[in-house]
Amino acid sequence: MTATAQTGAQPNETAQAPKTAPRVGLFVTCLVDLFRPSVGFAAVKLMEDAGCLVEVPAAQTCCGQPAFNSGDRKDARAIAVQTIRAFEGYDYVVAPSGSCAGMLKKHYEELFDDDAPARERAAAFSAKVFELVSFLTDVLGVTGVDASFTGSVTYHDSCSGLRELGISRQPRKLLASVEGLELKEMRDPDVCCGFGGTFCVKYPDISNKIVEEKTKTIRESGAGLLLAGDLGCLMNMAGKLKREGSAIEVRHVAEVLAGMTDQPAIGEKRQG
Amino acid sequence: MQITSPQFKANARHALDDAPLQRALGHVRSGFITKRAVAAAALPEFDLLRDNARDIKDHVLAHLDLYLEAYAEKVEAAGGTVHWAETAEDARRIILDICRKRGARTVTKGKSMITEEIGLNAFLEEHSVAPVETDLGEYIIQLRGEHPSHIIAPAVHVNKDQVEADFRRVHTHLDPERNLEEPTTLLGEARAVLRDKYFQADIGITGANFLVAETGSSIIVTNEGNGDLTQILPKTHVVVASIEKIVPTLEDVSQILRVLARSATGQDMSVYTTVSTGPKRAGDPDGPEEYHVVLLDNGRSAMLGTEFQDMLRCIRCGACMNHCPVYHAVGGHAYGWVYPGPMGAVLTPSLIGVDKAGHLPNASTFCGRCESVCPMRIPLPKMMRHWREREFSRNLNPATARYGLALWAFFARRPALYQGVTRLAMGALGLIGRGRGRFSFLPLAGGWTRHRDLPAPQGGTFQAQWAKAKDTRSKSASGRASA
Repeated sequence: MTATAQTGAQPNETAQAPKTAPRVGLFVTCLVDLFRPSVGFAAVKLMEDAGCLVEVPAAQTCCGQPAFNSGDRKDARAIAVQTIRAFEGYDYVVAPSGSCAGMLKKHYEELFDDDAPARERAAAFSAKVFELVSFLTDVLGVTGVDASFTGSVTYHDSCSGLRELGISRQPRKLLASVEGLELKEMRDPDVCCGFGGTFCVKYPDISNKIVEEKTKTIRESGAGLLLAGDLGCLMNMAGKLKREGSAIEVRHVAEVLAGMTDQPAIGEKRQG
Repeated sequence: MQITSPQFKANARHALDDAPLQRALGHVRSGFITKRAVAAAALPEFDLLRDNARDIKDHVLAHLDLYLEAYAEKVEAAGGTVHWAETAEDARRIILDICRKRGARTVTKGKSMITEEIGLNAFLEEHSVAPVETDLGEYIIQLRGEHPSHIIAPAVHVNKDQVEADFRRVHTHLDPERNLEEPTTLLGEARAVLRDKYFQADIGITGANFLVAETGSSIIVTNEGNGDLTQILPKTHVVVASIEKIVPTLEDVSQILRVLARSATGQDMSVYTTVSTGPKRAGDPDGPEEYHVVLLDNGRSAMLGTEFQDMLRCIRCGACMNHCPVYHAVGGHAYGWVYPGPMGAVLTPSLIGVDKAGHLPNASTFCGRCESVCPMRIPLPKMMRHWREREFSRNLNPATARYGLALWAFFARRPALYQGVTRLAMGALGLIGRGRGRFSFLPLAGGWTRHRDLPAPQGGTFQAQWAKAKDTRSKSASGRASA
């Protein structure tokens, strides 16, 4: 179940033309920062292998989505101002999450409805924002990775990435290039897992019913590993699978694409 | 009808424990979705038609007063009568008044969500007028003393065995030994019982899918033909419709019809599309002698010009609820009033107040599937968020959620402090959790751990590890440089 990899389509670009390497600011996302730093390092590796110069601005916290979706525009806006400032000067802003990237790309502008200059700054910022996997394929033109993974995986389309950013074929395309990996699609991979940010703790019983339906389709897929591009959804599905006693492992798609599966899977204990 | 939206959580829990309901909801999850997808895929111009449909309604809403006046003039010119009802109470009074003038004892009804909204059946019964629902689903739930749980499939929460039991309980004039095994026998029985009612009825009441300004026509789309019998056989036809049902022309209707049935049931067209224009004219072979239209506002004009105006484009196809994971989990009754699912989560607070319906726009994962299938391209999640903003600004959301959010925002707005605190907290949590890799219980995280484990953090934030790694990288880089 391990994988070794030198990934990337243009591994030598950085060395050959360092000045033209795109400067990417990694928006690591609060969940990756707090719960699963290895996803952040996988993201860095994937982008560096593809020839990017990756930096992590220290003045970032969260994209502000919890405030925005709770109706607290004031805090959402303050966090947006802070984030936009932290990422000024980068060619691209990339997040290993469709949900956070969706917030940064699709919703920052509307936070500044009453302030035209700020709105313009937000629009310029949003134009530079991409979700990690679609950034690799759609912007950098990466068509495959050098990673290998022996086993079957199933891929869940997280809602924001799918419906706000159109991410669906990109991760599947890159996964197809992982040596030894077999993709076993679950039924309805595009149906919500019931996470929904604060929804899952505000309405735990409903959230539970939704994730129960999800884990059923995951188990039916017959895959040994569940992948997705959003840590929130992954923690929800992993938490349910583990509570149900399932042996199916759960990882962020970037870990497999980067060939960095040495850390225990989500919710699994460290060996030894 | 009694509003139970404030008890949404309790309603939901009850629904989750209701085994027959959960069985019935399985049909929503499978049937409607596939049928819509096939119908949409078969029509290359489907998304263009959605754009057109949206634009038609946006145009109407921008000039609603003019189109309403034009429509009313045409209705009067065709010999009909238009009644303007600002509130539900006004509409009920107007309809009862018509019943009294005609000495009506029995009224048949086509399927109409507006009559649910104004609570017409209970009101008529209180005043000794017997309403008879003629849509099969509506008829079933009328027998059961229930309300619709879905706007186009009102009895979707009911199983066949329950219908059989209801028919045996109510149709006591029929042979108790009769065989009702097959759904078609149930259908046949309902048809036979209802056939008599059509002839007894003094008045037929229908809703409207469209009101056409250029002709003064009302249009209903149905699959059972009950609407036609309801509006043609009695001597009086009363149309009850809300003001946003207006479209300018018949051409516009035909555009929207192309997305309506496909989005609702996956049919190209509903079986019947019935156009009514005024009462029977001299020489017409059939039709009512009197034709009334009751135009209901009931809070809609107050939505114009607000962030909720787009909701008035809704054509009540039900696609949003058919695709909603929350609706799939709890069904329609949990929402606690007339309109369930995503469209109900936006519309209900507008009509009964966000103080009563506050749960509805919150009980969404924002998965966006509703918006992605809405034929009128209504940004449902965005409008639910607008309701959350109203609740937040009025402090209507629970205190624990408010304080939790404030505490989180305090740190999120202070990156240096945030990183110091999270570094400590995640380090500790990682240490505690590393033995099992997850928590089955964690103080303050009961909402999460009641039903699932919480994966433990790896320990040490990314930011902290990155800072360290960067340090090492630059040291090794400068080491190389000096060597």
